[in-house]
Amino acid sequence: MAIPLRYTIRNLWTRKLTTLLTAGGMALVVFVFAAVQMLDAGLQATLVSTGQDDNIVVTRRSAGTEVQSSVDRVQAAIIESQPEIAIGADGQRLVSKETVVLITLPKRGSGVATNIMTRGIGPGGLTLRPQVKLVEGRMFKPGSAEIVVGRSVAERFDGAAIGDAMRFGGRDWYVVGVFDAGGSGFDSELWGDAEQLLQAFRRQNWSAVIARLTDAGQFAAIKARLEADPRLTLDVKREQQFYAEQSEQLSNFITILGLTLSVIFSIGATIGAMITMYAAVANRTGEIGTLRALGFRRSNVLLAFLFEAALLGMVGGVVGLALAALMQFVEISTLNWQSFSELAFRFTLTPAIAAKTIVFALLMGFAGGFLPALRAARLKIVDALRAA
Amino acid sequence: METLKLIFRNTLRHKLRTGLTLLGLVVAILSFGLLQTVVDAWYAGAEGAAPNRLITRNAISLVFPLPVHYRDKIRGVEGVKAVAGANWFGGVYQDVKNFFPQFAVEPGYFAIYPEYRIKNDELRAFERDRKGAIVGRKLAETYGFKIGDTVPIRGQIYPGNWEFTVQGIYDGAEAKTDTSQFFFHWDYLNETLKKRFPTRASQFGVFVVQVANADDAAAVSVAIDKQFRNSTAETLTETEKAFQIGFVKQTEALLIAIRIVSYVVIVIILAVMANTMAMTARERMGEYATLKALGFGPGFVSTLIYGESLAIALGGTVLGIALTFPIADWFGRKMGTLFPVFEVGNGTVMLQAACALAVGVIAAMLPARRAATVRIVDGLRAIG
Repeated sequence: MAIPLRYTIRNLWTRKLTTLLTAGGMALVVFVFAAVQMLDAGLQATLVSTGQDDNIVVTRRSAGTEVQSSVDRVQAAIIESQPEIAIGADGQRLVSKETVVLITLPKRGSGVATNIMTRGIGPGGLTLRPQVKLVEGRMFKPGSAEIVVGRSVAERFDGAAIGDAMRFGGRDWYVVGVFDAGGSGFDSELWGDAEQLLQAFRRQNWSAVIARLTDAGQFAAIKARLEADPRLTLDVKREQQFYAEQSEQLSNFITILGLTLSVIFSIGATIGAMITMYAAVANRTGEIGTLRALGFRRSNVLLAFLFEAALLGMVGGVVGLALAALMQFVEISTLNWQSFSELAFRFTLTPAIAAKTIVFALLMGFAGGFLPALRAARLKIVDALRAA
Repeated sequence: METLKLIFRNTLRHKLRTGLTLLGLVVAILSFGLLQTVVDAWYAGAEGAAPNRLITRNAISLVFPLPVHYRDKIRGVEGVKAVAGANWFGGVYQDVKNFFPQFAVEPGYFAIYPEYRIKNDELRAFERDRKGAIVGRKLAETYGFKIGDTVPIRGQIYPGNWEFTVQGIYDGAEAKTDTSQFFFHWDYLNETLKKRFPTRASQFGVFVVQVANADDAAAVSVAIDKQFRNSTAETLTETEKAFQIGFVKQTEALLIAIRIVSYVVIVIILAVMANTMAMTARERMGEYATLKALGFGPGFVSTLIYGESLAIALGGTVLGIALTFPIADWFGRKMGTLFPVFEVGNGTVMLQAACALAVGVIAAMLPARRAATVRIVDGLRAIG
């Protein structure tokens, strides 16, 4: 027969301050553990949604990013003529020859000069990115010095509202619209006409070529042909993979730092649980003796105390997770080291993270409660009764 | 004296509990110190900046170059002592993970950076070898570069496989000098570009400008930018410090997060410590009542509790701070060139001590008040 759960719960309730402090410490560790994973999940979600599965990005070999890449017009024409590339409603190939540069804008409030990815898109550029929707104003007119800005750029930068003019490349650019890219990386970009930007920056080459395949399965064929073509020194990547690689360093940094911290912090919280549980056992030595004398087994006592510790962990876990869930309202923006430009993303809570977090909290409780519970189970009935 | 002895004996009554609390404190103080050091390491580039150096770059952003002839125009500006152009090479040594900065520089570059200490014969050997390179001490140690070694680097911004011969290793004049950089001849880069990508040749990423008098830095910056206004490549000149801070600022969100997290660990340990003190005081409530019955005042009782709390906090702090140094040293070496400078600052140590003191005081507050105000009868009746 097991010791009733009520016994355990009421024990925690009696020592409210101690329970509160111990569970509070654990809640903070759980919060850090969950928040870091949510940050990484948000980063991944942002970059995965930036890429379409059947789009390809062609850049100069080993360039790594679009900003570093360059594709000349002859090469771009060869890419465009590949048979795997889909044809749009207007009978043109679904290809966008883009020019991608960085410009600096001051952040609203702090005035920090920040690198913004500025993308000149071709006529197919919008069709290739169905997630991009204009939410305010209108699209730029091809062949004009007009630009549209991503939602998070409009929110966080000065001079990026509709009607404002930005000066770069020796001329003024008028903001005529704001687009929402569904939480993808494009939300942190400026878009204009590719040919216009090319001229303003006195460039002859495109930065990258984006194209839609007739079928996502055609990727291997077009990749093999283009990369084997001696006229081209280009890399062909799926758009999703391309953007996932862009965030690799940032993602690794967040994950490694976060996990290291969680582990170190959990030592502190586990020690807290251990102190509490040792005290619980010491204070209740007489009770333990009585329970044993009544016929409860050592294993019952062990389980009761382990359960108490796990419950402590559970309370910490739930509180910590609830705090972390609030972080979903926070948007964070930082420099992505690989693309060298600003990227905004949110904390994203997934069911997997929630499950992992609760398991982590329970584990902390168990780790803290195991030794004290063992001590309680090992007490001799006579000694225990005498101690009281 | 007797009081101190009593406090000390009190801390040893529950050896296991005190030991565990102490361990928790050490872990917390240690990780707090390391996190603060990580944040400091980010600012190291700005800390190492000299007030008499300016950086001129393209006003649009760093990815746009400046033409080579700007060098002579900048040199002609009043108050400028020396100019050297540099290009960020951004290549990969063996694997993307092995990050270290590489710069193609002009011969005069090292004269502007006196904190890079190079032996004269090594510098001359570098000048004579077109493919020569000068590497920092920390970089050389991380990858085992020795003088005479050939270092292959795959270009990302400048395509191709490039090979360099290490001709010299520089030391830093101070601990905060960045010795994780790799320098080679701009001429080598430029001549290769002229052959292979002629449109990209004869350009610099930045110009490092040394001003004769640091007080004139602002005026000289304005004068340089004025020279190139309305040209095809307008410039932006700022002090080296502002230039470096500009990078750090862009990753500020991460730094703020790390700073917040470093205080979270202090709060966690505060909860643990407060719990320890609350339990201790509750168990001893009977004793405190006895002491009061004997005529000791409430002040004495709370002194006992504050003293015990502070004694444990102090022990944890001393151990934690003592461990911070060897562990930071190990961590810094493990991270290699990712953190060019990884030094525990004085400010960090003071913050560690201040946090521990605060933890000790706050943890004792509630139990001390309760013990001081408890009525003797209630105290004697209390059971732990």
